[in-house]
Amino acid sequence: MAFSPEVIAELKSIVGPDRLLTSREDLVAYSYDATWMESPPQAVVLPKSAQEVSLVLKLANRYKIPLAPRGAGSGLSGGSVPQKGGIALSFTLMNRILEIDTENSVAVVEPGVITFALQKEVEKHGLFYPPDPSSLKQSAIGGNVAENAGGARCLKYGVTSDYVRALEVVLPTGEIFQTGGKMVKIATGYNLRQLFTGAEGTLGVITKITLRLLPLPKFRTTALVPFADVETACIAVTKIMSSGLLPASIELMDTFTMRCVEEYRPVGLPLGAGAMLLFALDGNYQQVIEAETEAVAQICRDAGALEVRVGKSAEENEKLWEARRAVSPSLARLRPNKFGEDISVPRSALPQIVREIGDISKRYNLPIPVFGHAGDGNLHPNILCDRSDPEEMERVRGAAAEIFRAAVRLGGTLSGEHGIGLLKKEFMEEALGAEQLAFQIRLREYFDPNGILNPGKLFPTGKSSW
Amino acid sequence: MSDLEIEQKIIDDCVRCGLCLASCPTYVIKGIETSSPRGRIALLNSVNKGGLKLLDKGVVDQMYECLDCRACEAVCPSGVEYGKLVEAARSQIETAREPEYGPVKRLVRLVTLKGLFAHKNLFYTFGTLMVAYQRSGLQWAVRKSGLLKLLRLSQMEAMLPPVDWPFIKNGKERWQAAGTERYKVNLFTGCIMSTAFADVDRATGRVLSRNGVTVETPGGQWCCGALHIHSGDEEGAKKLARQNIAAFEESGAEFTIVNAAGCGAALKEYSHLLHHDPEWAERAQKFSNKVRDVTEYLGQVGLTETPGSLPLEVTYQEPCHLAHAQRISSQPRRLLQSIPGLKLKEMEEPALCCGSAGVYNIINPPMANALLDRKLDNAVATDAQVICTANPGCHIQLQAGLERRKEPMKVKHIVQLLDEAYNKLPKINRI
Ligand SMILES: Cc1cc2nc3c(=O)[nH]c(=O)nc-3n(C[C@H](O)[C@H](O)[C@H](O)COP(=O)(O)OP(=O)(O)OC[C@H]3O[C@@H](n4cnc5c(N)ncnc54)[C@H](O)[C@@H]3O)c2cc1C
Ligand code: SF4
Ligand code: SF4
Repeated sequence: MAFSPEVIAELKSIVGPDRLLTSREDLVAYSYDATWMESPPQAVVLPKSAQEVSLVLKLANRYKIPLAPRGAGSGLSGGSVPQKGGIALSFTLMNRILEIDTENSVAVVEPGVITFALQKEVEKHGLFYPPDPSSLKQSAIGGNVAENAGGARCLKYGVTSDYVRALEVVLPTGEIFQTGGKMVKIATGYNLRQLFTGAEGTLGVITKITLRLLPLPKFRTTALVPFADVETACIAVTKIMSSGLLPASIELMDTFTMRCVEEYRPVGLPLGAGAMLLFALDGNYQQVIEAETEAVAQICRDAGALEVRVGKSAEENEKLWEARRAVSPSLARLRPNKFGEDISVPRSALPQIVREIGDISKRYNLPIPVFGHAGDGNLHPNILCDRSDPEEMERVRGAAAEIFRAAVRLGGTLSGEHGIGLLKKEFMEEALGAEQLAFQIRLREYFDPNGILNPGKLFPTGKSSW
Repeated sequence: MSDLEIEQKIIDDCVRCGLCLASCPTYVIKGIETSSPRGRIALLNSVNKGGLKLLDKGVVDQMYECLDCRACEAVCPSGVEYGKLVEAARSQIETAREPEYGPVKRLVRLVTLKGLFAHKNLFYTFGTLMVAYQRSGLQWAVRKSGLLKLLRLSQMEAMLPPVDWPFIKNGKERWQAAGTERYKVNLFTGCIMSTAFADVDRATGRVLSRNGVTVETPGGQWCCGALHIHSGDEEGAKKLARQNIAAFEESGAEFTIVNAAGCGAALKEYSHLLHHDPEWAERAQKFSNKVRDVTEYLGQVGLTETPGSLPLEVTYQEPCHLAHAQRISSQPRRLLQSIPGLKLKEMEEPALCCGSAGVYNIINPPMANALLDRKLDNAVATDAQVICTANPGCHIQLQAGLERRKEPMKVKHIVQLLDEAYNKLPKINRI
């Protein structure tokens, strides 16, 4: 259903006719993210400033129009899908890097800046923005903050929230303020910037982000280590992590995932092995890094590694990491659809959880390739399926629930980095407990009294319009 | 009737990961999802599922705003064959719309696709007239008169390449391997290449010959049909494909060498174009299997002799149909680096389309110019003396852009640089 002429006229007066899209074609193109969910908005608005965002939110409040902020639409939980129609608020035109402040080691950016573009730019100044979701070439910083995105390097460097120094936020009711600043320490009031980080665009809209930067490490090594099976690889991970060494990344791929990526771009993955680990180590002294790499290699050998291949050149290494980043989309080569899990467990539980996933795969008769950020216990078992088969989808739901419950039983949780969105909200009560869920819902209602921001997402229940 | 279908299977391969967005030229310029590969695939999905209609204005606009540059296809981890989708969509759009074409559009398509590019003799006559036109001062007079602006042809006219004279005579011209003959190949001489860029065709012959390869130019060959397929004229493309397949079939040469990236991509895809044609499918497959871009081929057989020294700073602009459609990216660079004295200076975004894309610069000048500007900014920033490319469309587009900006930078095809470098060496005597 189209908006009334008044709403259209008001939106037009805020952003002008060029940055308001209402054709049927445009609405189709803004109806999805990287999941299989889709639902078209009634209009797409492309703001260029916090003021414009504020006016749009005030209007949405007045007319009770649902609104879904959208970064690059690479989300894996349906977070930016306009489930209830309304306005898709797209940040692709707010994509300027406003400042790289080398004295304070921070970058100030608009939410539409692509993660990789920021990384390349700060590297020119000898600086480093570590969070590296596998979607770094497509995802936007605003989306990264809203989902509290992780990535391979988070093992050593932490996730997006560890880099958020300040946010400029527009509340659902239209007020604009900045929380945090360029300074390192703040003990003044609530830490709201952390509350908005990972809130999946339900508490406010982020319009400016100040990010902490680190000095760029001078040396980086990569090692590829095949194992006979996933469990042995996971045992090796726990050994390394208790050895006093801290690699930047330890990524896991099983044989399924290796085959899919190798088909996309042959980089010589050990297809005969049951699993592989991909390591990165970085630092400022070559000898130290080389010695540490060898130490990791030795632990792997002792833990049953089939071999250890240390990368020879930066280009070759980058190819391996590119292959790793392509795992998730390349899985679609095997079956038409995939249900991507994102469980996060304490590292020590890794071998146990992969065993259980193997069992679940057998019991439900569904292929469940496993890959992920093994070093920090965040795995992506992907249940491969065919959505056109209702009986199979029933099994998928069963398997997904069991995987999640196994993770919780082992002290873990539902999502490590992709967020809840539409995809996993039905598990939220189990994940948080009834009391905490009720409190989180109250908190959200306080921020967003009319329930306009991302209604239908994150929580299974709530205000009627959610 | 079009037998290129908008295959749902290809659409379903898209998992909407969004990785292709940053490499899509139209998305880079506009920042709007509808102008992205993922957006266009979603539009076609909706068409197939009965939501949007193929002839809806927004759908048609997107199918033609797309440059068919295949950058999205080259990066897609899920293996989505996007080119096949957009080409099928265009073919169906044109089949459906043909009866409704206005008189001007009908005339232009008749003269170009069904006339000039379909018939060698017509093309040669036109080419000869062009030479006359450019040499007689008439060009100057016409430009001056504003007549072209009036007819909205100025963009097109500025693009006309200076014509190399005389044209290649297929069947007659050949280059015997210098020294010992290592291999024997056929050259696909092309329509624009054999006329406007006859010099590049000849340079290709000389460079291959210098490296022990005998080069022949089978008679009966003609335009590859790429322009037809990109403009949705499937029948025209098929006709040309059959003609070319027949022309090369008799020769026993192991490979067919092409020096125009767009033609190379089209020739390699004859197998797909004719896959529903029982009589031709197998012959097309055989033909396509033999096609090699000249840089790909030289990379494969290696240079027998180091070229002479060419002290030049060169930047390389990757033709879409080489880098993306044929995934040939390292060989051209290695060839350039094999020339002593030549310094390769990489530009930013070397593989982002320059906006030429066949006849795109005539259909969508604002987008084409935005891309051209971006490309030239990136090229000029390297301070190189030469932009090297490997496709006539890019060549003309870049040249026109540089002239407009009054930049001293030159545009050269890779084989022209190799040829110049070899010319610095003494001649090899035939054994
Ligand atoms: C191939 C692939 C690999 C991936 N790998 C990883 C990975 O390794 N680690 C990881 O963490 N994630 C990964 N993801 C998931 C996804 O890329 C991240 O969640 C990313 O942060 C989403 O960013 P986006 O800009 O695409 O956001 P979108 O998908 O557009 O939106 C995500 C959420 O953020 C909200 N949002 C967006 N912008 C704003 C704003 N300005 N203000 C308020 N809310 C906003 C939206 O409403 C939505 O809820 C991957 C995805 C793909 C497709
Ligand atoms: S990269 Fe491939 S799978 Fe991903 S959105 Fe683009 S076309 Fe779809
Ligand atoms: S072919 Fe080129 S212009 Fe068309 S969608 Fe793909 S990347 Fe974009």
